[in-house]
Amino acid sequence: MSLLQVEGLHIHYGGIQAVRGIDLKIDEGELVCLIGANGAGKSSALKGIVGLLPHGGQVHYAGASLKGRPTHAIAAAGLALVPEGRGIFARLTVAENLAMGAYLRRDADAVRADYERIYQTFPRLAERRGQLAGLLSGGEQQMLAIGRALMGRPRLLLLDEPSMGLAPLMVRNIYETIQAVAREGMTILLVEQNAHLALQVSSRGYVMESGAITLAGPSAELAADPQVRAAYLGE
Amino acid sequence: MPIVNYLRARPRLALVLVAVLLAALPFLVGAGLGKSWVRVLDFALLYVMLALGLNIVVGYAGLLDLGYVAFYALGAYLYAWLASPHFGLHLPFWAVLPLGALLAGVFGVLLGAPTLRLRGDYLAIVTLGFGEIIRIFMNNLNAPVNITNGPQGMNLIDPIALGGFALSKTHQIFGFSVSNAHLYYYLFLAFVLLVMFVALRLQDSRIGRAWAAIREDELAASAMGIDTRNVKLLAFAMGATFGGLAGGLFAAFQGFISPESFGLMESIMILCMIVLGGMGHIPGVILGAVLLTVLPEALRYVGDLQRAVLGHVAVDPADLRMLLFGCALILMMLYRPEGLWPSRQRKRELHAEDEVAAHESASLYDARG
Repeated sequence: MSLLQVEGLHIHYGGIQAVRGIDLKIDEGELVCLIGANGAGKSSALKGIVGLLPHGGQVHYAGASLKGRPTHAIAAAGLALVPEGRGIFARLTVAENLAMGAYLRRDADAVRADYERIYQTFPRLAERRGQLAGLLSGGEQQMLAIGRALMGRPRLLLLDEPSMGLAPLMVRNIYETIQAVAREGMTILLVEQNAHLALQVSSRGYVMESGAITLAGPSAELAADPQVRAAYLGE
Repeated sequence: MPIVNYLRARPRLALVLVAVLLAALPFLVGAGLGKSWVRVLDFALLYVMLALGLNIVVGYAGLLDLGYVAFYALGAYLYAWLASPHFGLHLPFWAVLPLGALLAGVFGVLLGAPTLRLRGDYLAIVTLGFGEIIRIFMNNLNAPVNITNGPQGMNLIDPIALGGFALSKTHQIFGFSVSNAHLYYYLFLAFVLLVMFVALRLQDSRIGRAWAAIREDELAASAMGIDTRNVKLLAFAMGATFGGLAGGLFAAFQGFISPESFGLMESIMILCMIVLGGMGHIPGVILGAVLLTVLPEALRYVGDLQRAVLGHVAVDPADLRMLLFGCALILMMLYRPEGLWPSRQRKRELHAEDEVAAHESASLYDARG
């Protein structure tokens, strides 16, 4: 049984069908990417999985159905979403943002140890722990959003466009971090427009086009696929 | 200031001084400015309670509520229904006040539930409508069954009495003549301290942090595992409860209530107290409430001044009040948007705003590059 299993997920906004019955699965410890052009329905699919959008089809996580459960309950079950555009609490400090990530946890001592771990992983955040999160650069905000999600000790990390709006150097930085988190055994679903990078770091991938999955397979194969190369890798 | 620093190092001494000052205040004010000013103090305390209550909704949870006075009205009317000749009921205040607070709290949830998806302007419009609905109901529920006595309002409301000790009379205590305004001052002060204590504890609690998260980004807050629906409803309920409590105290103190006291201007005033003082910061909110209750009263003297200088009243002080008040708000928003006494954090935020904007445009360049 996969950690996350999505079957026939479809979502519509009013009359427009954003996601047309997609299937995907992620096993424990995998880094899987979902790539596609802007507007392909990737973010909608992610929002459907975490209960932010009503949807048809089945979503099973660790053997239990997530259907109809509210977002906060899904978060409590161990799915941590790092939303598109980062969704940091701009007028709270870096440390307060991280504390919100541990909102559901009652193990104060372990939480304190986790702060230190996050600060080790992201030394920039440690330097700026007392600063307002809105004052961080885009890349630092993305690190904070990932760090905050990790504070909840999730079993599955859902990253929505972590490279969006960042300078190339920063993107590299973020991707190194994502790989480091994955190496520690975190299961990650990476939604990304930047197909090149996403296919580099992931082991498997799905290609989404106008609401449907058109291709799936090991990332190396996808990266070599002439269709993918033409459509997403700019060749 | 050296005195402030001296006291800051001696918090216990400062506390004693503040307590003595608060205890002596009505006598000082009564002796110095006249008895009517003690009543002004009483109203200031009621408004402090209201402002602290609305601050939970607006300042903590970031939900703009323009109908807050409805909860004040509900508390006041419930008190009048259960303790006046209108229905012939005369329940004691310790039973009626909590019931009024509870009723207001329930209505807070009733208002909150349908507005959960609304934010900003839309929420403001719906809450504004709610405030008006309650007022219009109170204005018209006098036929076919006379529930509220309509625009005439309800009269002869029971004063608060502790055993045989009625707060409505003047008592001789240790040779001092202590009037009802003085007695209500101490009662209201006690309630203000209670409300302050609750507001402070809420701010530093898990709930308080959840409110802050919702205020900042609701989607991200739910991704942190915060039940945004319940937490928002709780903010509405807590704010409304304080409003209802203040309403009950108001009814008992005045002995008379009518829908006129619960108009839209009243809601706006309470909101202005928060904004003027410093949203989300308890000392600031208290300062705002006291200033906006006391200053309009002081303007009455402008009428006397005009009579003395010009021989007649050229500008009605009541008109002048709104004019000056409007100007003051505009100046505040331009030069001190964080309020008169903001929290350190809020001050930092507003003065960091330009920096945030700079960073945001910098990240736009990131996107292009």
